[in-house]
Amino acid sequence: MAGFITRRVLWMVVLLAVISVINFTIFSVLPSADPVLLRAGRSASPELVQTITRQLGLDKSKPEQYLTYMKGVVLHFDFGYSYQNQVGVRQEILDRLPATATLALGAMVVWLLVGIPIGIVSAIRRGRWQDKLAMGLALLAISAPVYWLGLVSLYLFSKEIGVIPIFQGAGSYPPDGSIVSEPIAVVGSLLLPWLVLAASFAAIYARFMRGNLSEVLDEDYIRTARAKGLSERRVVLRHGVRSAITPIVTILGLDLGILLGGAILTETVFNIPGIGRLAFDAIQKSDLPIVQGTVLIGAFFIIALNLVVDIVYAYLDPRVRY
Amino acid sequence: MALLEVSGLTVSFDTEDGVVQAVDDVSYTVDAGCALGIVGESGSGKSVSSLSVMGLTRFAGNARISGEVRFDGHDLLAAGDEELRRLRGNEIAMIFQDPLSSLHPFFRVGDQLVEAVRAHRDVSRARALDRAVEMLGLVGIPEPRRCASCYPHEFSGGMRQRVMIAMGLINEPKLLIADEPTTALDVTVQAQILELLARLQRELDTAIVLITHDLGVVAEVTDDVAVMYAGRIVEQAPTERLFARPQHPYTWGLLQSIPRVDHRRDEPLVPIPGRPPSLILRPSGCAFHPRCPYVQEHHKRIVPPLEPLAGDPAHSVACLLAEEQRRELWSRLRAGATPDEARAAVGVPGQGAPVLREGLEAG
Repeated sequence: MAGFITRRVLWMVVLLAVISVINFTIFSVLPSADPVLLRAGRSASPELVQTITRQLGLDKSKPEQYLTYMKGVVLHFDFGYSYQNQVGVRQEILDRLPATATLALGAMVVWLLVGIPIGIVSAIRRGRWQDKLAMGLALLAISAPVYWLGLVSLYLFSKEIGVIPIFQGAGSYPPDGSIVSEPIAVVGSLLLPWLVLAASFAAIYARFMRGNLSEVLDEDYIRTARAKGLSERRVVLRHGVRSAITPIVTILGLDLGILLGGAILTETVFNIPGIGRLAFDAIQKSDLPIVQGTVLIGAFFIIALNLVVDIVYAYLDPRVRY
Repeated sequence: MALLEVSGLTVSFDTEDGVVQAVDDVSYTVDAGCALGIVGESGSGKSVSSLSVMGLTRFAGNARISGEVRFDGHDLLAAGDEELRRLRGNEIAMIFQDPLSSLHPFFRVGDQLVEAVRAHRDVSRARALDRAVEMLGLVGIPEPRRCASCYPHEFSGGMRQRVMIAMGLINEPKLLIADEPTTALDVTVQAQILELLARLQRELDTAIVLITHDLGVVAEVTDDVAVMYAGRIVEQAPTERLFARPQHPYTWGLLQSIPRVDHRRDEPLVPIPGRPPSLILRPSGCAFHPRCPYVQEHHKRIVPPLEPLAGDPAHSVACLLAEEQRRELWSRLRAGATPDEARAAVGVPGQGAPVLREGLEAG
């Protein structure tokens, strides 16, 4: 196991290095707005342009720029400075991370609590009205895009503009809010985003759970469990769900990793100052250091959670040994 | 007094392709402590009939079951789910064909046995585990205490079947249904498992229903045999009498397709021509007629009833041939004649080997 983890961590470093090269190449080699001109403003003197170019290190060759950047990242966890406001990228990301993490984890709790039970009920009532209703709703929830669902729900339910104003603070986010310091304000403003973000995930997980469990319930060992005289409840909830939930852990890790890198649509619609929002704004302003930083952080979360998934899997499935 | 009394059991499944008549009017009894073998090819309904006894076909959702199954004073087909649950694993246990997939891969073997105990007895985990270890020892698992904390994938197929047997017998049921318990195992392991079943049956005085496609297996373990074909019992007798005086052409086919040590090595085995019939479109008349070398015209119209032999009420057969004809045919077959030679010698008219007439002549 230790050997497996070491190998995977090393592999993770290699993967991140490759991603950083691609990332750097896409954003600095491909044409975008010239960051120097963005900074220098209109009708800047050639001297000013030259100074800024030197300041940003853009006069050096591309490989050199990359190496300087990576040196900062690796040695000092320094992702450079925003072209826009001179704030350190690291600081920006750390400031935005709590909002994104709260959004992602809260939504995850919602979609697990909703999706898994619905999937179980659908599986044991396969083909009956409960199943048809649940899977019909799931299809709707999967089909509804987050930005549409978000805007509609804001219009319907937000305290300020909603037709049925029941969600206080939806659409705004408490300044400097963290779930620890201002729990009520944060939960209030995140309730609606949690539900909206969780909707499609809950639907996907419900369908996934239904499929897994239906398959598992046809397994020989389920027949054995019934032949032992276990109650049907125990057969399904202990023997069936135990097997059916294992693959869910895999996609859960992936989904969470992706969301921790920023839920761009949800954060934008609900005005949540998270990493996704940060990236979105930075792309619009060609703020390359921020974009690079958010992409690297996103990649890190996805890869790290993948590793966690593999480790957890070995505990869930005793047949898996590394 | 019979422990298990199945009468007129009929099971069918509604499927997209039509109604599958898996079991048709099957009756048999098993006395306490006795062993019954149910023999037949795949798809002859032998497994479904026993799953129905356990109430396990109820979970299929599309099964239609009629007839009567009485077990130790309970009416199993009319019993509620909870009443059946109390019987399952406690009074009636079942072990299955494929031990590799019959144990839950994520739970420790000991825990799975403990669960079987605690489903029916209000005992502590520790007591249940002691019982589990005792049973594992009884079925011949070395180091049972240590093995109880192993996962199924750490065991071989034979070991897993032993675990299944331990699980089946852990509550000392009155009846054990073993559905092809040795089919998925190596031949040497098969013998061990059969020996184990026979020994446990004697020691624990459990009645056994042994379902198999292998008459050799039946010969070693059971007191009585029922031969099933296309969902019906075609011959039923005490084991030794079935082997001594088999009556049904299908039984002859089964017997002649077993290799025997007392025969010459170059003597060919005689396979039964054709394939098992479809249970959706069953052949008219005697269901075996498309494969029977001795078929007569009226066999294709009349369904033969299962009737006791004139001289032996314990031995029943469902065949339209006359009893003397059958006796003559079998003695010729046993002497080494081919079915065609036997038919000619006995003077049964017919069209010869029926391989080419395999197509379904459904009524």
